[in-house]
Amino acid sequence: MSERGGPQREPGATTALRPEERGPDRQQEREQRERGGPQREPGATTALRPEAAANGPASGRGRAGGGVPPARTASAMRSGRTQPSEDISVVVLAGGLDLERDVSLRSGRRVSDALRMTRVQARLLDADGALLARLVDDRPDAVFVALHGKAGEDGALRTVLELLDVPYVGTSATACRVAWDKPSAKAAVRAAGLATPDWVALPHSTFRELGAVAVLDRIVARLGAPLMVKPAQGGSALGAQQIQDADELPAAMVSCFSYGETVLIEPFVAGVEVAVTVVDVGSGPQALPAVEIVPFSGVFDYASRYTAGMTTYHTPARLPAAAAAEVAEVAVRAHTVLGLRDLSRTDAIVTPDGAIEFLEVNVAPGMTETSLLPMAVEAAGLDLGEVCLTMLRRAAARRRATTLD
Amino acid sequence: MSGNTLDPYADRYAQRTRGMTASEIRALFAVANRPEVVSLAGGMPYTTALPLDAVGAMMGQLVAHNGSAALQYGSGQGDPRLREQICEVMALEGISGSPDDVVVTVGSQQGLDIVSRVFLDPGDVVLAEGPSYVGALGTFAAAQAEVVHLPMDSDGLVPAVLEETLDRLTAAGRRAKFLYTVPNFHNPAGVTLALARRPEIVTMAERHDLLVLEDNPYGLLGFDGEALPALRSLSDSRVIYLGSFSKTFAPGLRVGWVLAPHAVREKLVLVSESQVLCPPTFNQLAVTEYLQTQPWMEQVKVFRELYRERRDAMLDALSSLMPAGCTWTHPHGGFYVWLTLPEGIDAKVMQPRAVHARVAYVPGIGFYADGSGRRDMRLSYCYPEPNRIREGIRRLAGVVEEELDLCATFLPGAWSGTPRRTATSADAPAPDLT
Repeated sequence: MSERGGPQREPGATTALRPEERGPDRQQEREQRERGGPQREPGATTALRPEAAANGPASGRGRAGGGVPPARTASAMRSGRTQPSEDISVVVLAGGLDLERDVSLRSGRRVSDALRMTRVQARLLDADGALLARLVDDRPDAVFVALHGKAGEDGALRTVLELLDVPYVGTSATACRVAWDKPSAKAAVRAAGLATPDWVALPHSTFRELGAVAVLDRIVARLGAPLMVKPAQGGSALGAQQIQDADELPAAMVSCFSYGETVLIEPFVAGVEVAVTVVDVGSGPQALPAVEIVPFSGVFDYASRYTAGMTTYHTPARLPAAAAAEVAEVAVRAHTVLGLRDLSRTDAIVTPDGAIEFLEVNVAPGMTETSLLPMAVEAAGLDLGEVCLTMLRRAAARRRATTLD
Repeated sequence: MSGNTLDPYADRYAQRTRGMTASEIRALFAVANRPEVVSLAGGMPYTTALPLDAVGAMMGQLVAHNGSAALQYGSGQGDPRLREQICEVMALEGISGSPDDVVVTVGSQQGLDIVSRVFLDPGDVVLAEGPSYVGALGTFAAAQAEVVHLPMDSDGLVPAVLEETLDRLTAAGRRAKFLYTVPNFHNPAGVTLALARRPEIVTMAERHDLLVLEDNPYGLLGFDGEALPALRSLSDSRVIYLGSFSKTFAPGLRVGWVLAPHAVREKLVLVSESQVLCPPTFNQLAVTEYLQTQPWMEQVKVFRELYRERRDAMLDALSSLMPAGCTWTHPHGGFYVWLTLPEGIDAKVMQPRAVHARVAYVPGIGFYADGSGRRDMRLSYCYPEPNRIREGIRRLAGVVEEELDLCATFLPGAWSGTPRRTATSADAPAPDLT
């Protein structure tokens, strides 16, 4: 845009991926002290961020080989920030070239801020041509993948991390390939006995070759209306549309195919929309309180997701105890069935008659100011930074067990 | 337990904040600033071409020799010497104005805002070209004005359309507070108001008692000879004029101005003082020094040649690569080409495909207040090098081909979609987009 523009972007929003080049942030230190955060001895002004030294070129490899502190338990996480500076070098991966770059950058900043409160100075890196050299030259003990969209969730980048033998938080590359693809994930959870809305997933070529009208007619005959039309892959509701009537389907298909090669069509299921975070901090996957989503516009689209004030979130969801327990169980089942690791977020609908319909699962859930996972973590009485740190420690500890695939 | 909207201030916001929401279009621009993407979306002047060493030395001297004044508050109306120089600059486009009637602003965007604050009440009508500059639409939206668009042709604003619209408003018992127009090298349309139409528009404004807000940031960046006379050069009392050093010197300094009749100017100064106290003194003195000590018109010629070469690269690539059915404007200056896609294709809908293909543009919908512009896009040639422009158009042509293929599958007839929403100010990129 010309020099006169809309709201000014947050300074550094496009260049903020090099915090390692920033000087010590004294303001942050001061705020941390005021909030009763970890504090050094009075007057230790020259000791700002000694943990930053852990990111220096000499760190990493030697220490990673020398064993990793044990993962902390959930009760330790609740007890707050009691430990001195953390002896772990961490990279948070965010950005990328996907449509969700903007969301990912915000997730990455949120995670690194949360980690800073636990005295971990994470390096925030973009997934670009410099990434591999940076990871190799200064090996982190573990990587937190805050990349959303294709690169971060389809397993490709995770395969590369495995090639480099760099441990990361989250689901393996192999399992991502299934979980990330909505039709594959739905098939897997249905096979395991979970309910999910009926669906049809097809590429553009099928419609072109067989005739769109004929194929769409069969889809409507099978699924009815209203319908949800969404890209078979991808998040943040990008490209997802709710249509009331079959007449709207062709235009919705055009719009959706701009986001990806395959479109997933399923009946729109009315009910309470919930998102259930599952975390595993050492004692197996556990569901955190479900977040109930009530968008003012009626549709939880991009604007409703990322504009504070456009959606009401109820945490925990306003569900009867039995339904709440069942939703939690569905999320843990989905996590387990799909072979997910460390963290996931399952989106589901609780229908008026109490059935739970699985919609999709996210292997790199959003971590922004308006994202669902951080809300669930807070509602569980946990600290986001501590949870992330525990997962990072667990990832570092399993490094030797990581295999290529 | 009651829910959390994550916004405890929601019941306190002013009405004008409605529509200030997260925008998917804008989010996609986050990718555009990456080097892998050819961005034809931004509008950043090519400041790399400035004589940066000389400018740096000049600014150092400014602080060393005149620092206590340069770093001090200044007049709310703007530095007197700069206002004299601004009148000399405007004379290049035929304007004779008094430094007393110049108000220096923080970029001409602030000029737009103070003019809007002085003239617009909620519900007032503003006439604007269709498409129109997105930053102006944002300002008018914040003023809760209603924008009525006037379609253009390749010679810019069409007098008959203006007349018909004015008559229609009068018949409805309404009155436009002003006509907002970018006569030269229009952003985003790339067209220029024909010389013969200029007196016609001004005469029509006189006849209908219409005030004209002339926004002219690109006037000196024409590729074909002399600058055209500004509308303001044809009427002192009927035209409020907005100017800027952002395209001729440096957008980062945020120095622009308003030239307004005396009565209006008094109010503009008071409104500006309530916003910013005074425009940045250092930046004003930097512009003053630059105009006085550097060969600034030579530098403008450098910019013209540079942008002309890029314009040529874009137009050549468009004519050799774009599929049949696309049309576009042929700018004779400025930064932008306005491209219209074949019937049935929606530029906003196509945008994710373009991002996948690593090329960025701005969907036309952002340049209208009424949801029009779905087939259109703005392409800018000011920032990328010519070979990158060619590569960007090559990618864009491929994207359009794919989209045509898709529409042929699903929408063999005319476009059946209906706009689900109108644009918001957030549907355009931030100013720092390349």
